[in-house]
Amino acid sequence: MQAEKRSGKTGFLYKDNVVGYIFAAPFIISFLCLTLIPMALSLYYSFCNYKIAAVPEWIGVQNFANLLRDSTFGHSLLVTIQYVIIGVPLKLVFALFVAMLLTKPTRMQGFYRAVYYIPSLIGGSVAVALVWKQLFGSRGPVVSLIKSLGATGFNFFGSTTWAFVPLVLCNAWQFGSSMLIFASGLKQISKEYYEAAEIDGAGAVKRFFSITLPILSPIILFNLIMQLISGFMTFTQAQIITDGGPNYATNYIALNIFKEGFAFQHMGYACAQSWVMLLIMAAITGIIFKTSSHWTFYES
Amino acid sequence: MQRKRAILNVVYHVFVVAFGLLMIYPVLWMILSSFKLKSEILGNKAPFLPSVWVFENYPNGWQGSGSLTFATYFRNSIIVSCLGTLGTVISSAMVAYALARVNFKGRKFWFTAMIMTMLLPGQVLMIPQYIIWNRLGLVGTFVPLILPKYLGWPFFIYMMMQFIRGLPKELDEAAMIDGCNKYSIFSRIILPLLGPSIITTIVISFYWIWDDYMGPLLYLSKPALYTVSLAIKGFADAQGTNFGPMFAMSSLSLIPVFLLFLFFNRYLMDGVTAGAVKG
Repeated sequence: MQAEKRSGKTGFLYKDNVVGYIFAAPFIISFLCLTLIPMALSLYYSFCNYKIAAVPEWIGVQNFANLLRDSTFGHSLLVTIQYVIIGVPLKLVFALFVAMLLTKPTRMQGFYRAVYYIPSLIGGSVAVALVWKQLFGSRGPVVSLIKSLGATGFNFFGSTTWAFVPLVLCNAWQFGSSMLIFASGLKQISKEYYEAAEIDGAGAVKRFFSITLPILSPIILFNLIMQLISGFMTFTQAQIITDGGPNYATNYIALNIFKEGFAFQHMGYACAQSWVMLLIMAAITGIIFKTSSHWTFYES
Repeated sequence: MQRKRAILNVVYHVFVVAFGLLMIYPVLWMILSSFKLKSEILGNKAPFLPSVWVFENYPNGWQGSGSLTFATYFRNSIIVSCLGTLGTVISSAMVAYALARVNFKGRKFWFTAMIMTMLLPGQVLMIPQYIIWNRLGLVGTFVPLILPKYLGWPFFIYMMMQFIRGLPKELDEAAMIDGCNKYSIFSRIILPLLGPSIITTIVISFYWIWDDYMGPLLYLSKPALYTVSLAIKGFADAQGTNFGPMFAMSSLSLIPVFLLFLFFNRYLMDGVTAGAVKG
């Protein structure tokens, strides 16, 4: 019995290579079936005219040529970039501000952090999107407040200029994860740096820019990349709050791909859009990584 | 000096509390609105607190807009979230163990693949994945929402890997000498020690699946299978300007998430930072 068991340990099933593949099997299956094959399919369909349940018809680069002339797609790219450029820095600044605000060691710190995390907890839900739609709607409390300040006739969702503001705010409002990540970074900064700087007469602003920011820079990079990716792909909020309107002002790229693919049944064309989007995102992320060595600082 | 410090302290707490109230104002507004008369929810004369507390919004909302009530939608959400969470925990723990502790050929490659998948936005794959599920005849069932969760979720695989890496390797070696093999090391050593990470995974994956909107929107076509998130969107559209019941159902839909947060918020917050900061 004992001998059998011992020989079993060296048997086929107990080899590291076999054990590894058995335990990693779920991910390997999903990587092949739910990531790799879909990506290959998507690449193929992007060169096809394709409707669900129809035979794909190869049309070469026609879809990509059409994209260049498609003003809806161009506009959708433009508003997505606007959303990201305004929304992501706003969210990160906000997250860092709250993280710093809550570093003060008080007995309430845990409670405060929990309360400030609530928006992130629920922000992605349909319930909040529905609330947001009314909160910033033409008769909601925010517009009432703005009107009482004198801007009569103001309306977020009726205006192509202002409709994106509630969406950006809804995104920035969910600053919780970035805040927690910043907070754990701030905790690791040695107090000695600040003490030394204070003795040298550096003010709070100087200390922030020459100690806090440089030391946090790797964490800023991490948060920036994460928020960029999720910002580029914003969907639920835009679909529920504005449905891309008014007049395509908030027709973000994920929403546009969704409509193109499922509402208009242009699945090949939608796949082509996904690929263009992916390449743009990869390029932007790549550029940020490449340039990050100039502005991130690693303590040795 | 002492006095100045005390005053600054008070100013600090007042500011943090006031700012915190502003942050949760939308949530308060939603909950209070769910108890209001229709005429008091919107408009520039809308009061902050309801003048009469209207509880009927809840039973009225629960009835839904068609022949189905919210009991069906909550049941569907619970089924999808529980089965999905179970799958996430089991499969992610397995994969994390393989990638963190087993020295197999190709480990580096699969680790890189896992990180790439984590960074790949799901929306890019929404159309081809839909096509595949459609070809398998599974669109219109829970399968596309649940089955993938049994195949590992990169975010949680990574989180658990970080945790496993923090466990001393000597434990594995000692167990090996005592006659454990790679399978029993997983079940007897790693899995029990993974406890906190498993709780974090349960809490976060449950609420992510509960909140998911795009998945149900793509894959569920019959109202009898709608999850709560999909149902309240349809309910809101059907109710038009009758906002009370809509706010009531929205508030209800957030209760499971709030309960998890109330009991497990430390685990939840640990999970959020696990990927970003070492140690």
